[in-house]
Amino acid sequence: MSESIKPHAHDEALGLWRTYVFSTDHKTIAKQYLAIGLFWAIVGGLLAYVMRWQLAYPDTAVPGFGWVPEPSMVGGIVPPEFYNMVVTMHGTIMVFFVAMPILLGAFGNFLIPLMIGARDMAFPRLNMLSVWTLALSSLVLLISFFVPGGAAASGWTAYPPLSAKAIYTGVEWGQNLWIIALALEFASFLMGGINFLTTTINMRAPGLSLFRLPLMIWMQFTAAVLFMLSVGPLIAGAVMLLLDRLAGTSFFLPEGGGQPLLWQHLFWFFGHPEVYVIMLPGMGASLEILPVFSRKPIFGYRPIVYSTIAAGLLSFLVWAHHMFPSGMDPRLAMPFSITTILISVPFAIIVFAMIATLWRGSIRFPTPMLFALGTLTVFIVGGLTGIFNGSAPADIYIHDTYFVVAHFHYTLFSAIFFGGFAAIYYWYPKMFGRMMHETLGKIHFWMTFVFFNAVFFPMFFLGAGGMMRRIANPLQYDFLKPLQPLNIFITIGAILLFLGQLPFVVNFLWSLWAGEKAASNPWAANTLEWTTPSPPPHSNFEVIPVVHRGPYEYSSPEAPEDWFPQDRPVQARPATAG
Amino acid sequence: MKRVVLSAGGSRILGPDPGRLLHVNPENAGDLRMLSWLPENVSTYGGDIDSILYLIYYITGAWFFLTLGTIVLFLFLYRRREGRPATYVHGNTLDQSAWILVPVVIVLGLDLWIDFRGAEVWEAVKGHMPPADVRVQLTAKQFNWEILYPGPDGQFGTADDLQLDNELHVPVGKVARVTLKSKDVIHSFFLPNLRLKQDVVPGREIEAWFEATKPGVYEIPCAELCGFGHSGMVGHLTVHSADDYEAWLKRTWPSPQSSSARLSAISGEPEDRRP
Repeated sequence: MSESIKPHAHDEALGLWRTYVFSTDHKTIAKQYLAIGLFWAIVGGLLAYVMRWQLAYPDTAVPGFGWVPEPSMVGGIVPPEFYNMVVTMHGTIMVFFVAMPILLGAFGNFLIPLMIGARDMAFPRLNMLSVWTLALSSLVLLISFFVPGGAAASGWTAYPPLSAKAIYTGVEWGQNLWIIALALEFASFLMGGINFLTTTINMRAPGLSLFRLPLMIWMQFTAAVLFMLSVGPLIAGAVMLLLDRLAGTSFFLPEGGGQPLLWQHLFWFFGHPEVYVIMLPGMGASLEILPVFSRKPIFGYRPIVYSTIAAGLLSFLVWAHHMFPSGMDPRLAMPFSITTILISVPFAIIVFAMIATLWRGSIRFPTPMLFALGTLTVFIVGGLTGIFNGSAPADIYIHDTYFVVAHFHYTLFSAIFFGGFAAIYYWYPKMFGRMMHETLGKIHFWMTFVFFNAVFFPMFFLGAGGMMRRIANPLQYDFLKPLQPLNIFITIGAILLFLGQLPFVVNFLWSLWAGEKAASNPWAANTLEWTTPSPPPHSNFEVIPVVHRGPYEYSSPEAPEDWFPQDRPVQARPATAG
Repeated sequence: MKRVVLSAGGSRILGPDPGRLLHVNPENAGDLRMLSWLPENVSTYGGDIDSILYLIYYITGAWFFLTLGTIVLFLFLYRRREGRPATYVHGNTLDQSAWILVPVVIVLGLDLWIDFRGAEVWEAVKGHMPPADVRVQLTAKQFNWEILYPGPDGQFGTADDLQLDNELHVPVGKVARVTLKSKDVIHSFFLPNLRLKQDVVPGREIEAWFEATKPGVYEIPCAELCGFGHSGMVGHLTVHSADDYEAWLKRTWPSPQSSSARLSAISGEPEDRRP
């Protein structure tokens, strides 16, 4: 089955255009996804900066933003409707245009064929169509910033009726384009998902049974399944929302007999699995990296796989925990509270397995390992605080407060940024054939780790103090005024967190040209992507490898070194040979 | 549509006597105990909700120190040392995976504790609606709370109904029931000091209740993004002592003779019930 794709015979014959732009090579497509994701990460980060400035120093000019024309901003001052737009687009961009392109688009595409010993994705042209659909979607989203009325401003969750009628927000085409951009984005990742599943099921190298798959592939596979099963209802919802706006229907408008809560059910039926669509690949990167730099097998491979599947299944049964105070029947709360809190069981298994992997290892601390440990520790805080949100009575108070903001940044930032950076530092040599600079990487890690916590940990306190999400000016409330020193502290932390990414940008670009040339296996790792040159040739492998063992055979007594690549044949030992 | 004007750097002051507002103690700044930041609880069921918050806080706090402590310890103990190879262990056999499965059973037990204790509190707060001593209808719109009082006859839809914008008055120690409606988008009726939050959904009437335990003035922010005036959409709850409440009633509905003077204050659309 692994031979279903023949090696491309005309690699060098492809022109510049087919090699770098309209390429069907999964590695080039992965880099395109990465570029799209990193571009939007900068935009999303700048939006966060605008938000944080306004919250710390309400209605003062945001430094560096004086150029934004009226009526969006007034001499750099953030009007409330602009603030709502910034909040909305920050969330939309980070979830749909940073997390998914980087974690699934870039690393799913790059790693699935390389880690399973295939020459490319099952459907390379469909793969190209996926990334270009995402590019079109990105363009639509970008245009939405510049239409009259500005971009969408009804929150990334777009609750109708606020999102369903232009008069409620003053946003006309911005919201329509938001819906269209998301629909295109979903189409892109549906096509990508088809490739992920087909490739993983059909194109594994000989000997690569399901339980010899690297965990990253299990995570990508599960994420693709979750996405494809959950996104349908939301696409239907998006079409209905667009019809409400453009065609005068009333799916979500009560004056025409519609039901606003219907959207929330459709959105969160997708929205909760979507969290794991993002989480799993981020954790997958850490699960690859921890054994390599502990020189130990991953602890509990099978429990991790079963937990991943269990968490995926449970994620379809928890969506209403986003709706405890929404006015749904109170009797629904406890069943959803119980399923939600039960999700801590599979994730506890994964976290404990990661910790146990460190036990009696021989741990080294290069940059990818630091970010993998960052993913783990930050996720622990995110996971634990999720219990507060999942408990229906506790949620009465903390729902829609900064407690929730802190919680989901601890989970999602853990996956997107700590997991994403871990993946970038770890696989950069394979992607670009050069090593990244280690000292710059360490500076980047410590700035990110310290300032991330300085920004988001105090938000739990803000949430406990009752500060609501999505308000533009906390000083409008007497009970929030004593919290303002925290808001200022957080904003300073956020600016430093943003500046802390400069070493990464420099490192990423500088290493492309000047980085030390990477060997094919610089980390002495076992999985198949390290058996081919860095960067791999167009069809990845000279000869399709044959797999003899699982991916995490580090410090095995059967191997002379402390690693044992998946494709190395078992050699007769001298004792038995004689 | 009403446009709320936000003054630069300042707060929009609404309601009576803001000087009486209760809020988080300023000396909490720098306090590392997260839940000491909770605003003062003045609700009969607020203690139950806070007890759930504390239960989860202590359980998750213990796990936080346990797991992070273990990680730091392992990173220190098992850092790379020459001549000390890593141990080859997979954790796939039952006796090895017990190291992760036993803590998971503890996690499950604690989960169930939180769930069952949570179910009791939820039942107490949401599961039943105690008989109301006072009733008001609260209609949210961009960007105000319109609060309709039934007046001395206790009946809505009669001539002595009175609408006050952003001002909710209740007596202390009495069950207040609020019927929540919205004219436009979803809002969220939030009383931080009473541990009450309930979304207000257009097209529906949702009942909420509370019983305040301490007189004072408390803020009623909107907790759901509702448009450009969301930030600053805030009303005031005045909890009166028994005597004070009588005085407020007398002041507000002085006597039948002078009722014509108040007619302008009566809402034109009190029985705005949708089919």
